Amino acid sequence: MRFSALKILKEGLTGNKGWTPHWRDPAPKPAYDAIIIGGGGHGLSTAYYLAKNHGMTNIAVLEKGYIGSGNIGRNTTIVRANYSLEGNSQFYSHSLKLWEGLEQDLNYNAMMSQRGIINLFHSDGQRDAAAKRANMMISQGDDAILLDKTSVRALLPNLNHDNIRFPIYGGLYHKRGGTARHDAVAWGFARGADQRGVDLIQNCEVTGIDIENGVVQGVQTTRGAIRAKKVGMVVAGRSSQVAAMAGMRLPIESHILQAFVSEGLKPCIDHVVTFGMGHMYMSQSDKGGLVFGGDLDFYASYAQRGNLPTAEHVMEAAMCLLPQIGKAKVLRSWGGIMDMTPDGSFIIDKTHIEGFFVNAGWCYGGFKAVPASGYCMAHLMATGQPHEVAKHHRLDRFETGRGLMDEEHRGSQHNLH
Amino acid sequence: MRIACPLCGERDSREFSYKGHALALERPAEDAGVAAWDDYLHNRDNPAGLTQELWFHDMGCASWLVAERNTVTHEFGAVRLAEDVKGAKP
Repeated sequence: MRFSALKILKEGLTGNKGWTPHWRDPAPKPAYDAIIIGGGGHGLSTAYYLAKNHGMTNIAVLEKGYIGSGNIGRNTTIVRANYSLEGNSQFYSHSLKLWEGLEQDLNYNAMMSQRGIINLFHSDGQRDAAAKRANMMISQGDDAILLDKTSVRALLPNLNHDNIRFPIYGGLYHKRGGTARHDAVAWGFARGADQRGVDLIQNCEVTGIDIENGVVQGVQTTRGAIRAKKVGMVVAGRSSQVAAMAGMRLPIESHILQAFVSEGLKPCIDHVVTFGMGHMYMSQSDKGGLVFGGDLDFYASYAQRGNLPTAEHVMEAAMCLLPQIGKAKVLRSWGGIMDMTPDGSFIIDKTHIEGFFVNAGWCYGGFKAVPASGYCMAHLMATGQPHEVAKHHRLDRFETGRGLMDEEHRGSQHNLH
Repeated sequence: MRIACPLCGERDSREFSYKGHALALERPAEDAGVAAWDDYLHNRDNPAGLTQELWFHDMGCASWLVAERNTVTHEFGAVRLAEDVKGAKP
């Protein structure tokens, strides 16, 4: 089934009786050419690009819950390419280009909205840092504009521009950044992969990884054993547990990151706004809810909910930036489990086990990477070679100290990012 | 979360800073080799469930604490002074 305006019109006139499920619900086969553990955004896009770019269609995605039940449905939906380090810069640039053609490619409305991202700054030093980052973004081929005080005031009239501690000096404006509908991204990739013959197997938890003489043979699951010569783990949030099944310890600590949504309001914020000094960022969803979040709670957690001190801090920062938010009620809040690596960057690599690939460590930036992560993971699994834009994201960079991807210049140590 | 500091009693978690899993008590010898040091510095068991971790009571008595905590429920178990835990090790 292809979506089109004509189809919507026809279904609208005939009682919407012709819509069919977006993907099948197959039982697992005894063997596949490749298995992807994890039916989240990254796992689904890996499957999609394995089928689309590499012609591998005899593959399965194993999801322990239902499609879209993990972090792909628990994030703040921001898409951007404003990184500065060699490696990250190319990767996120590639990802944003994939985002820009994604809806046409998937024939699916992911509500991609390039509303622009504005990173506010509040001092001369921060302006210099923003100018440096803007130049790095431009030299990568992406877009950046340095806004002065007056321009920010014109674009974001509702902010408190004259806060005594953090007066707004200007902003770094990344016009091609924005948001996308997170659930629809999962559904679009799932449907695209399914249409190309990929089996999406839900309620199928991997309980063991079969390895013989250093070569992966397949996996054990709650729905029986499944053989495959290639297995990719794409389970950010639970990476340490799945890796342990393969006898590996990863350089990852799982932390909680909270986010909040207000009740629906009239339009008041047209862009994604980040208030770095308050560790807070905000956008307004198409339904009118203000979607905002802050920093990690800064302790290891798998609870998928945070504690009040961080919530309180985020609310205070929100009040500082947008005083009128004090009139709004918070509708809901949630916490996502973040795979935090020592240097704050992700891992897409082979492992010492032949045929076993790892995609992990997305820290708090996994959503924007969904297309490129799958694109590069698929390339790695199909060809055995890292994709050009993800070749720096090696698993052994922590051990050797070479090629660390410390975007925030804080050092390669847990609890610093 | 509230943490029962052995010296100060139960206090708001805002008084404490977190230093991750209680690995510092298992610091390898200087000549232990690259693999042991890499493992110590970077790799983690990262359990979903009970774990032992280091908390610093920086806005209280400035003690380093070893706390047992469940990473799924945020429930704390025994909280001990790190110096006592370290002293108990051979």
